[in-house]
Amino acid sequence: MAPKSPQSRRKKPTPGKKKRKPVLPANEEEEPVNMESMGHPEIYPLVLTTKTQEIFNCRIDEDFTDEMPYKIIKKEDIFEDLRNRAAVSDFHPVKKVIQEYPGNELLLVYDKDFKYGLNFYIIGTEEGKENYLNASEVQEDQEEYKEFIPEEIYTYIPPVSKPWVSLGSEKEIEEESVKKSTKQVTYMISRKRSEFGAPITFRDQNASSVKDAYIECTAYPDKNFTLKQLEKNVGMQAVPQVQDTSTQTKWTYPKNASTQYYAREFSEEEKERLGQSKSLTDFLNNVSTSVEIALQQNEITNLFIDDWKSLAEEEGTFGDKTNTHLKEYQSFTDLHSQMEKMITCVSWHPTIYGLIVVSVAVRLSFEERVHFSGRLLLQPSLILFWSFSDPIHPQLMLESPDDIFCFKFCPSDPNIIAGGCINGQIVLWDITTYADRIESTKADGGGNKKTTLKPMFLLEPDGNKEATYIRHCAVSSIESGHRSVITDIHWLADTFEINRFGSVFENRNEICCQLVTCSADCTICFWDIRPLKTLTPTLPTEKKKEESIEIPFDVPSTFLHLDLSWKPLTRIKLSKGETNLDHCPTKISLSEEQLLYKISDKLLDQTKVTEVNLYHNLEAGLANLLKPIDDFCTKFFVGTEEGEVIYTDWKMEKDPDTGRMMAKKPKSLYSVHDGPVHTVQRSPFYNDIILTVGGWNVAIWKEGVMSGPLLQTCCAAKRYTAGHWSLTRPGVFYIGREDGYIDVWDLLEKTHEPAQSQNICITMITYIEPWTFSAKQQFIAIADYYGTLHILEIPWTLSHPSTNEVSSVNYYFEREVKHLEYVEQRRSIREQEKKEMELEMEKRKHKTHHKSKEQMEAELKMDYESYLELEKITLIGLGLAKASETSHMEMM
Amino acid sequence: MTEVEETLKRIQSHKGVIGTMVVNAEGIPIRTTLDNSTTVQYAGLLHQLTIKAKSTIRDIDPQNDLTFLRIRSKKHEIMVAPDKEYLLIVIQNPCE
Repeated sequence: MAPKSPQSRRKKPTPGKKKRKPVLPANEEEEPVNMESMGHPEIYPLVLTTKTQEIFNCRIDEDFTDEMPYKIIKKEDIFEDLRNRAAVSDFHPVKKVIQEYPGNELLLVYDKDFKYGLNFYIIGTEEGKENYLNASEVQEDQEEYKEFIPEEIYTYIPPVSKPWVSLGSEKEIEEESVKKSTKQVTYMISRKRSEFGAPITFRDQNASSVKDAYIECTAYPDKNFTLKQLEKNVGMQAVPQVQDTSTQTKWTYPKNASTQYYAREFSEEEKERLGQSKSLTDFLNNVSTSVEIALQQNEITNLFIDDWKSLAEEEGTFGDKTNTHLKEYQSFTDLHSQMEKMITCVSWHPTIYGLIVVSVAVRLSFEERVHFSGRLLLQPSLILFWSFSDPIHPQLMLESPDDIFCFKFCPSDPNIIAGGCINGQIVLWDITTYADRIESTKADGGGNKKTTLKPMFLLEPDGNKEATYIRHCAVSSIESGHRSVITDIHWLADTFEINRFGSVFENRNEICCQLVTCSADCTICFWDIRPLKTLTPTLPTEKKKEESIEIPFDVPSTFLHLDLSWKPLTRIKLSKGETNLDHCPTKISLSEEQLLYKISDKLLDQTKVTEVNLYHNLEAGLANLLKPIDDFCTKFFVGTEEGEVIYTDWKMEKDPDTGRMMAKKPKSLYSVHDGPVHTVQRSPFYNDIILTVGGWNVAIWKEGVMSGPLLQTCCAAKRYTAGHWSLTRPGVFYIGREDGYIDVWDLLEKTHEPAQSQNICITMITYIEPWTFSAKQQFIAIADYYGTLHILEIPWTLSHPSTNEVSSVNYYFEREVKHLEYVEQRRSIREQEKKEMELEMEKRKHKTHHKSKEQMEAELKMDYESYLELEKITLIGLGLAKASETSHMEMM
Repeated sequence: MTEVEETLKRIQSHKGVIGTMVVNAEGIPIRTTLDNSTTVQYAGLLHQLTIKAKSTIRDIDPQNDLTFLRIRSKKHEIMVAPDKEYLLIVIQNPCE
């Protein structure tokens, strides 16, 4: 029979707390669980199923009430149920109790609250039954009692000792207590009393000698404890051995250190004292001999001269040495112009290689100009930019209101050009925007550097470029400027500037901002390109009405402030004194010329884009704040149309009569030339040597020497029309003639005639301009009357100075100066002598008057007689008169 | 005039002499015919050079000693006469 699982019984839903009960193996032999543990051994909890409840009429809600939750059940009924249902019966677990029950009726109580765990319980003893029944009655009574007497006086009932009821605890105590299991062994040890406290003597004894003196537990390998490890689990990790170390080192870093010091010096007294000291004297005595020997050695000869080297010229020559002629390189002509033009002025571009600029004018006399004035107005007057790469098309064409007779590049900025017109206006151009265009021609020109002579057909022209006319930027005012053709224009050096009265001040802007012009109306004007601060503000409306001329868009506004309103800063009139005729200047030469042109670096070019060009940001200089430069040479040379060379001053002085500032009178005036002076030029090597060319001769002057020119050539066969110093050889200059020949003068070779002469063209040469590109390449530009510009190459001999040429030429000039001085001296001596002679003559005359008349007659007679004698002798000597005839004469 | 001045003037009057100066053993100028800054520069530099030259000669042969130092350059010649306590420096332009 399968044991009844207690769980089937417990399947009844038991709401409320469920205490875990020990599982009862439903064995019939097993004792039913009673509530002994809860102090009620007579109570046996039960579960009654619904069937059982029906059988015994103890349904939960019908038969049991709260007041009467118990039922008396007959024992026989239970036994019957047990017989009927056997194991299934609910009373099965308490069968034994029921069998032992003495009475007949059992009490079954409905445990509504599950006080004892299950919903029913049986009271297993009669006493329990009685107690329960009484208890319920008592309870009822008590409840009734309570209603009547709510407050009951608590009486202390001292506890009555009850007989001890064993609950099994003494068994537990007994189990837990410790009892001796074996009998204890007792030992009694005795010793004699006298032996206590006696001095102890220890003795050594070898342990191994006496048997059993010691007991040892030797270690032995116990096989139980030796384990042979047959398998081992090892874990490995490969880890790089890394070690962190650190050291402290002394960090030497570069440190800027500087000391300010000044050299040690002796004070004056110390110097004196030392100077007097004996030691110094002795020292000098000892040492001076050797020093003097050394000095003299040097004076005698230069030990370190390489004689061989000094014999020959400098480096090997490039090309033929015998060739001294100028070689034709290229020529430019403007083929597009309708009228015949001549070239008036030539200039090389200061920075770009291979670019030459030419100003052209129509070849008409004044009358013809007036006659053709209509046609002339339609023609643009141009300045052409020619490049070596393109001989047919000019690179740029600058337009001007009228023919330009002279122009110059601004030394501080090669994109600004100032030109002087035939009508007396100054024209300014600003070609900064076109600068890249002309710079690009550099690439083509660069290829020419290697081969100096390249046939022109091999040069590739730079495509078909549309040459555009570039309008001028500004023109000067017509009324207040020059009234006649401007013959010369110069930029003043950027180191100084002048004010209205000609006083010189330092120039704070680092650019050239002033010009000087001279014109055929006998005036020299100084111009300033900066805007003037007007003292009286002009009314803006009036201004607008006047300047209603629209300016085309492509014209830069650099000089807009000057356009048409530009007035000269100061004007100097070259008057001839009392007469109305004035000197008509043709060329001027200032003492301080800006020879160096500023070449812009490529680096600077990049930065220039961001920087504002100085010329676009001009401001009028405040002369009050600028420092005046003292000792400035304000004198300059002027060549006039009459062939005079004037040395004058531009600084104004106060006229004592009128109190106004007047131009000074010229310091000196020389008439040496027979025609208009067209070249007044300072030598590039000596600042005080000036070359003047005019008429039929050439003169060289030295500034400061007032007596006359150092050299004045004799009149040539043909008129000289152009002249220029050589840029590299100090004693060489080029003169152009009216028959198209160019004369090369070499002062060290011949001074009475040119060293060589060469034909360039068929017509008059109007302008000569040499230019050095490199040590090996030097060109000379020659402009002629027919409008053709010839570029020739200067040969080696003409471009390279010989050794010591500078000093030789200098020496020559010095000699000439001395010569002049000598001449002066001689002149003065001569004059003196002349005076003396005149005086003597006078004296002698006086003496003859004192003689009497008779004495004079007697003297006369004697003279006559001596004459007759002489005649006779002569005739006899000649054989013309006979001796008899002579006596005949004697008688007469 | 003192003998010192006389000697110096005599040396200075030689042909081509640009300047003369007397410097003490430490390089401090005592007498000079040039301007101060040039003098100080020459004195300092030449003094060091003289010491170097002297030590060079002595190193090569300890019994030898420097008597005269001439430095020839492109433009001129510098002559240094050393002594125990002083230094005489003369600058001459030998080329005519």
